[in-house]
Amino acid sequence: MRAVITVVGEDKVGIFAKVSAFCAEHNVNIEGVSQTILDDMFCMIMIVEASKCICPFGDFTEKILEEGKKQGLVIHAMHEDIFNSMHRI
Amino acid sequence: MFEINMDDILETIGMIENENLDIRTITMGISLLDCCDSDINKACNKIYEKIVRKAENLVKTGEEISREYGIPIINKRVSVTPISMILAASGGNPLLYAKTLERAVNTIGVNFLGGYSALVQKGFAVGDEVLIRSIPEALSVTDHICSSVNIGSTTTGINMDAVKLMGEIIKEAAEATKDKECIGPAKLVVFCNAPEDNPFMAGAFHGAGEPDCVINVGISGPGVVRAALAKIPEANITEVAEMVKRTAFKITRSGQLVANEASKRLGVPFGIVDLSLAPTPEVGDSVAHILEEMGLERCGTHGTTACLALLNDAVKKGGVMASSSVGGLSGAFIPVSEDAGMIEAARSGCLTIEKLEAMTAVCSVGLDMIVVPGDTTPSVISAIIADEAAIGMVNSKTTAVRIIPAIGKDVGDELNFGGLLGSGPVMKLNTKSPAKFINRGGKIPAPLQSLKN
Repeated sequence: MRAVITVVGEDKVGIFAKVSAFCAEHNVNIEGVSQTILDDMFCMIMIVEASKCICPFGDFTEKILEEGKKQGLVIHAMHEDIFNSMHRI
Repeated sequence: MFEINMDDILETIGMIENENLDIRTITMGISLLDCCDSDINKACNKIYEKIVRKAENLVKTGEEISREYGIPIINKRVSVTPISMILAASGGNPLLYAKTLERAVNTIGVNFLGGYSALVQKGFAVGDEVLIRSIPEALSVTDHICSSVNIGSTTTGINMDAVKLMGEIIKEAAEATKDKECIGPAKLVVFCNAPEDNPFMAGAFHGAGEPDCVINVGISGPGVVRAALAKIPEANITEVAEMVKRTAFKITRSGQLVANEASKRLGVPFGIVDLSLAPTPEVGDSVAHILEEMGLERCGTHGTTACLALLNDAVKKGGVMASSSVGGLSGAFIPVSEDAGMIEAARSGCLTIEKLEAMTAVCSVGLDMIVVPGDTTPSVISAIIADEAAIGMVNSKTTAVRIIPAIGKDVGDELNFGGLLGSGPVMKLNTKSPAKFINRGGKIPAPLQSLKN
């Protein structure tokens, strides 16, 4: 299954490295990234393939949220179907 | 690279993070017809065993879906066959059923269970009256059991004997829980045209025509609709209606997704999505504030009924295309104590019971979560029920009454239930006596529009 990871927080060195390392540790493959800085806020959206994640995806979403908090970031990982269902007919 | 639009992703996250988008409830409907037994103790054992077997994974599954999809699912609930039907077979003390249901709730961990109910729109069958008379005690000795009684319909007319009885029962239910903020009647709904697949409490029950077990989902999202309207402050009313439709579509699609997923994981067929905009007392989750966003200084003023009619209709039009099967109440709810904007409007005196009654002619339910003075007589409560049922009967729609006599309190005081039930100011009623009308008994015959065949 594919998922969307969103990362928002104050810009600083190494955010992308930390999030992508976290994904790699959990065997979650990054398929695409879009990233920008808005008013000194770091905003990143990643599309990932999480079928082979080493833990249940629900656990992954909680862990990455916790990991984000440690870095002062808000990180959400959500199943892509929530976006597909809301925005596509 | 992306098949999903960036703006859409940010919009969805904004809805969840800032505008209180959530799935209000996943409600599992469970038929208890196969639990009937002439021995009430055996029937209770069968009921406990069946509810626990069917719903043991309901809470866990709801939480899993919530975590994976990132959308909060606030309540997991169960509705069951009206207990009066089971009581008809067994006889005995209906409180045994109430306590059995409470025990099952505590085992499976759901928030509420609905179905301590009776359907008496055309008259009392065996079990009905005994069950209704036990409601006040059942609601005082349990915490999670909800009760409903259907006293009228478009096809049958209104059972005025039941209307009279329910005025007394509501008053007794308040007296029985007066040391708990009179919470008893907050768990009791009197219906006209009750839907049999409603996932929302306190009026949920599992109708006799429903399958053995089914998953119904109730959506929410008043905050999302209000935020969408706030982005178009200069739009005309046609554009406002279009915006509500578009937003309702998106909200409902998320509900349909959760319903499909819950149905698949639990191995239980999907029933319906209920398209209701259900408010909570939290700021930013109010139906009244949507009406105010449309251009009213305060909910309850002139124009409120028209705004609510537009909202109710646009929600259905947007939602119906987003779901494979729509049912339940489907529309906008206007519970006073559960809606921050309604509470403010009632406190300020702008929102009166007469205006609320007019609003119920165009919304999806009725006079809901309204606190009235503690010295209100049973016949006044019955007359409120009769008025509300008449609106439902003539307009072929569901109407309901959930009012709470605040024992020992009067206009200017408040009751505070806490949680989703919120808090409400005591509202002024017209106290001229309708007792003679109520005491006549009998039936209001079905209206001409019942003859559709």
